Amino acid sequence: MTTLLDIENLRVTFPTRQGEFEAVRGVSFNLGQERLGIVGESGSGKSMTGRAILRLIRPPGRIEADRLELGGRDMMSMTEREMQSVRGEQISMVMQDPKFSLNPVMRVGEQIIEIYRFHTGASKRAAYAKAIEMLQAVSINDPERVMRAYPHEMSGGMGQRIMIAMMLVTEPKILIADEPTSALDVSVQTQVLSIIDRLVRQRGMGLIFISHDLNLVASFCDRVLIMYAGRIVETCAADKLHEAKHPYTRGLLNSLPRLDHPQDRLQALHRDPNWTLAPSVSGRV
Amino acid sequence: MSNLEIHDLNVWFGRDDDRVDAVKHASFSVPSGASFGLVGESGSGKSTILRALVGLVPTWSGDMKVADQSLTRKRPRAFFKDVQMVFQDPYASLHPRHTVDQVLGETLNLHGFDDINNRIEKLLEDVGLGPAFRFRYPHQLSGGQRQRVAIARALAPQPSVLLLDEPTSALDVSVQAEVLNLLSDLRQERALTYLMVSHNLAVVAHMCSNIAVMQAGKIVEVMGVDDMRAMTPTHPYTRHLLNSSQGYKPSQEQSA
Repeated sequence: MTTLLDIENLRVTFPTRQGEFEAVRGVSFNLGQERLGIVGESGSGKSMTGRAILRLIRPPGRIEADRLELGGRDMMSMTEREMQSVRGEQISMVMQDPKFSLNPVMRVGEQIIEIYRFHTGASKRAAYAKAIEMLQAVSINDPERVMRAYPHEMSGGMGQRIMIAMMLVTEPKILIADEPTSALDVSVQTQVLSIIDRLVRQRGMGLIFISHDLNLVASFCDRVLIMYAGRIVETCAADKLHEAKHPYTRGLLNSLPRLDHPQDRLQALHRDPNWTLAPSVSGRV
Repeated sequence: MSNLEIHDLNVWFGRDDDRVDAVKHASFSVPSGASFGLVGESGSGKSTILRALVGLVPTWSGDMKVADQSLTRKRPRAFFKDVQMVFQDPYASLHPRHTVDQVLGETLNLHGFDDINNRIEKLLEDVGLGPAFRFRYPHQLSGGQRQRVAIARALAPQPSVLLLDEPTSALDVSVQAEVLNLLSDLRQERALTYLMVSHNLAVVAHMCSNIAVMQAGKIVEVMGVDDMRAMTPTHPYTRHLLNSSQGYKPSQEQSA
């Protein structure tokens, strides 16, 4: 497996009045041309991990890592200017809610063209053609109309497909998708996922799929990291997630109501303080 | 105890050219002490039914009955004691500058209760929050704790019907389990009637004995929970929803 991204001992720290708060505490994993899922509850540090990879943590927050390499290049020592050519060009990120990540006062087309021209310096005409092609790739039937539309004219599922088109127009090597379908209805969710799946396969990209939905990750990804309190507590193959051993993962799985398995009471998760203290499991293979 | 009966309910917004029919000819009934679920996608009208029932939407026609009393545009005072609602997002439904004590105290006061002090303590205990939470502000509470406060507020006037609008969709799964258990316990203890809206089929199946599936403002199918668990719906849309809820299947790629 070619390693696209290699991370060792990643830490994200925020200073607070009560001392330093570590949101991510020594996470290690690597990513090849695969679909890697990161699951955990709110506050487990999964989104912070995604942002830290792009060095998108605002001061006074700090990112530290023994290793943060993109295709063998060290990202920790890059200047902010070099990072700009990584963000959106090498690694793209799709956020949870398209309503907040698209510019509301700019037409959809202009936004896609802007990002493409910024990274490739292509002509306006070429960028327009490329944008249309990308919108078609995310199953948008009338790309010319969508190009002229403003984000508020689009539905949630449509907005998220536009985001994906925009993020993939530069043909990045890695896509970080942070809860890309949580704001969408189940049937639209399937559609958006299948688009991500298809594009990732066709282009041989690496995907980091951040989600709180265990069933979704189990059925969509190849490999899963389970995070708790800023650390990885368990890693496993996605199709083996239901056989996970760590009591936290088991607790999460058992607390889900299931259609095929009626029960009177749902099992509540009892947290063990030792989970927080145990060292992070490495997600490197 | 109160039963609910909805017959030929229509709800619309706007008028003339701008008119949107959010609910069309919806009919269903919930026996006293039962739990009934409404599922469907965003915009299918499931929350609108709850809002019309509780009196938050004035533009409706048809017949809605609570405890065999037909509802009119103007609801009697007793109605608001009897029917209470829990909203989806506990971050938005609690006043950010009111303490838990104020939230519950105001509700009790409005409904003309005495002995408010003891009642607040009792309510907090009922929803599994200790007295320590009484003087906290919403921002000092986690999502699950906030939803417990919202449930306590709904229980304050001692209702017999609770309308639950996606009560756990903003919560983590482990917290969701706790809140759903709390709701089941409360229903048993107080013989409450639940009308619950959710887009999560597994949650609705866990809580409800009968489920109505909505699409584009219409109820397309009303089914028992056993039929749903057996995956034997009659309407194609229900089948589609059930399939989609099973996680991601690569075979669905072609149909997308």
